Amino acid sequence: MSDATVRKPRPKFLALNEIRLPLPGIVSILHRISGAGLFLFLPFLLFLFDRSLGSPESFAVYKSVVSNWFIKLILFGLLWAYLHHFCAGIRFLLLDLHKGLELEAARNSSRIVLIVSLVLTLVVGVMLW
Amino acid sequence: MVKRIVVGAHYGLRDWIGQRATAVYMAIYTVIFAFAALSLPEMSYEAWSGLFSGGLMRFLTFLFFLALFYHAWIGVRDIFMDYIKPTGVRLALHVVILFLLVGYAGWAAQILWRL
Repeated sequence: MSDATVRKPRPKFLALNEIRLPLPGIVSILHRISGAGLFLFLPFLLFLFDRSLGSPESFAVYKSVVSNWFIKLILFGLLWAYLHHFCAGIRFLLLDLHKGLELEAARNSSRIVLIVSLVLTLVVGVMLW
Repeated sequence: MVKRIVVGAHYGLRDWIGQRATAVYMAIYTVIFAFAALSLPEMSYEAWSGLFSGGLMRFLTFLFFLALFYHAWIGVRDIFMDYIKPTGVRLALHVVILFLLVGYAGWAAQILWRL
């Protein structure tokens, strides 16, 4: 066996509870988590869309489903997921265009994404609640 | 920098572009939808179904769903590629996701064209 194929044992540090992600890393993992969450709830959201457009009777069913406080809580979470995915997505598109790649700019835009998506969630959420 | 041809083989450029193109379309649609929904006089069945029964809005909404499902396919596939190591399990899950998303697309068409 040649030396090139011998792998040096490298230290592994993957304790999830001890890793301190920088702000851009937090935005990135939340982008993934929010996307996965939205995907998992797609059948539920399509069901609501279906009921809301079926007939006046099914619209009433839709209304009664979304007036339940627990469903409202879930929809509130999904609203945040959508808005976070939306804001972070715009940031990633700008990064693709090489806008805001510097460390300071990337940190600032991450902060903006986190704050704007939360504020939008509150504004839209309160409007719909 | 490594010089290589990035199209033709499976370098993933098509999916990379597809993910971003669908993202841009969905972002634009989201803004259009938000304004259209805000301009509804009231949240009644007539007003809500009227929003989607126009030819243009119905088409744009269906396009949004198709973009969403293609976008979701690339995203979920990427997540599986990162976390699910056994090839057989991963490919089986890919098939399940594909079937699900094609089914969702049919469902979305049925919802919109029933109006």
